Amino acid sequence: MRIFHLQTIVTNQKEILPGYFRLNFFAPKIAKTAQPGQFVHIYCGGDTYLRRPFSIAGVKKNQVEIIYKVVGKGTEILSRKKEGKILDVIGPLGNSFTHSPIHPFTQSLLLIAGGTGVASLLFLAQQLHRFITPSLITIFIGAKTKNDLLCVSDFKQLALNRKTGSEIGCQVKFATEDGSLGFKGLVTDLFRDFLSAYQPRREPKALLRGQPINLPASPSGGSTIYACGPYQMLKEIAKICERKQIKCQVSLENIMACGIGACRGCVIKTRMTTDKRQARIAADKFVYKTVCRDGPIFEANQIIWE
Amino acid sequence: MINLSIEIAGIKLKNPLIVASGIIGFGEEYSKLINLNIFGAITTKTITLKPRAGNPPPRIVETDSGMVNSIGLENPGLEIFLKEKLPYLRKKFKIPIIVSIAGENSKEFVQITKALNKEKKIAGLELNLSCPNIRQERRVISLISQDAGLTYEVVKRVKKVTTFPIIAKLTPNVTDITVIAQSAESAGADALSLVNTFSALAFPPSLLNHSIASSPVFGGLSGPAIKPIVLRMIYETYRKVKIPIIGMGGINSPQDAIEFFLVGAKVIALGSALFRDPFLPQKILIGLKQYLKTQNLSLKELVGKLQK
Repeated sequence: MRIFHLQTIVTNQKEILPGYFRLNFFAPKIAKTAQPGQFVHIYCGGDTYLRRPFSIAGVKKNQVEIIYKVVGKGTEILSRKKEGKILDVIGPLGNSFTHSPIHPFTQSLLLIAGGTGVASLLFLAQQLHRFITPSLITIFIGAKTKNDLLCVSDFKQLALNRKTGSEIGCQVKFATEDGSLGFKGLVTDLFRDFLSAYQPRREPKALLRGQPINLPASPSGGSTIYACGPYQMLKEIAKICERKQIKCQVSLENIMACGIGACRGCVIKTRMTTDKRQARIAADKFVYKTVCRDGPIFEANQIIWE
Repeated sequence: MINLSIEIAGIKLKNPLIVASGIIGFGEEYSKLINLNIFGAITTKTITLKPRAGNPPPRIVETDSGMVNSIGLENPGLEIFLKEKLPYLRKKFKIPIIVSIAGENSKEFVQITKALNKEKKIAGLELNLSCPNIRQERRVISLISQDAGLTYEVVKRVKKVTTFPIIAKLTPNVTDITVIAQSAESAGADALSLVNTFSALAFPPSLLNHSIASSPVFGGLSGPAIKPIVLRMIYETYRKVKIPIIGMGGINSPQDAIEFFLVGAKVIALGSALFRDPFLPQKILIGLKQYLKTQNLSLKELVGKLQK
């Protein structure tokens, strides 16, 4: 996969909620090749020294979109770039979410987003919506209050059937900590409740016989749960999935220098093996993997959570 | 036509701009992004006898005008280097390859050097006498190039067993770098790399709940923040030694590059600035050519001009 380094222009930037921005830039080559889960590395300018990584939130024709919150000086400078301003971008970078193409109609896919974690999952949801029966996709979105929920209308759009316009597309469930919209509590609680009836299935064959399926893990090993959000949220989801024996992919972030796997600056600890028996023997063994190149998408059970 | 070719420690370079150690690893990743053959030479990530996992995260933090890193010499070790990395480097690069090596003592340096002796297409060895990020039981141990005697011993022993040009990379964390530089020279070093990063401590920015990294990074500071200090060190060292100097530390623009030559660097190396701007090598080479042309100077004349 090729990586592009572009001096391009901002085509549009909007403050969608106080402190949250949606920025589009012109990048036909990135738009053409980017996969959900990948990111771009942007030089924000001003007195920043390193680039900043942003999940790709979507591609439209010749444009790439990112969604971010102002958290420091880099994002603050970026948020002031108006339409027509020059943007220095490297991308697309990192790996992407994967799903099993073998049994697309027997899988129910769950997407769980917290905060700006909606960015990469919006891109994923839009792609899945095209290829997979939308009614099999359930999306959970969490935020502090309803005023912090991002991209509500984009996700609601996905809830509509493409052809008929009726509401039998993806299911979208909201959780707010103050209960101002949807479930009151954390998105992880909503997710746990949703899964409470689910029992681990060990015979994949049963899935293929067309029994009513709530949440089958893909028999071919593909993942059915995708999560992006704060570290603690992902850690909690990983725990839930581990208990239920459901495969789960999470999107991590970290401070990066090179963004392409060369400098080894953004590593996390991962397991040498996912085999449980071996893992016990080699409990103290780990391998560092870069979030920028080996990730940002990891199998949740591969990560040694801190 | 401005001629940028230059020779350092017996290594012929088509231009005086090289990549510092630890920036591009072994070239595999950056080759996808830029043409690394634009450089005069590349320096590999430091290799050690045994593989090293490196330091636990967090490993990097941005600071004002720079960054602090604590990678901890993560590398695949000598064996994998010989088996996988070096063949790749040979195949991919037409430019000289400088291999950076580090050992815990002179014996290990010698051992690695002997193993590399038989290998083709290595232009020279850079002895990393100065990585600030090696810890033993959480304590930062002192560096070889913080001690003139140890520096002398390592350089001398390595020189004895090899015909490779030897470049000694020194730490700036000393009272007087010229003393260490002189002892490297008297031990037979063919060139000096000045300087490695400055010992530092930096806290990561608040990333709210998103942060994997929350404790501070004990590491080495690089970037524009250190440039004036490095310029002074090169200036002082240039007066005291006859061997050539590879200057590095905060070069971020053509102007920076010219400043390094003026104080006495014969060759310059790009470090963390490449992370931000992969176009920087072109910009520097173009800027340097223009400067030499308008000043009607040769590159040789520019080196150390401030002191002539």
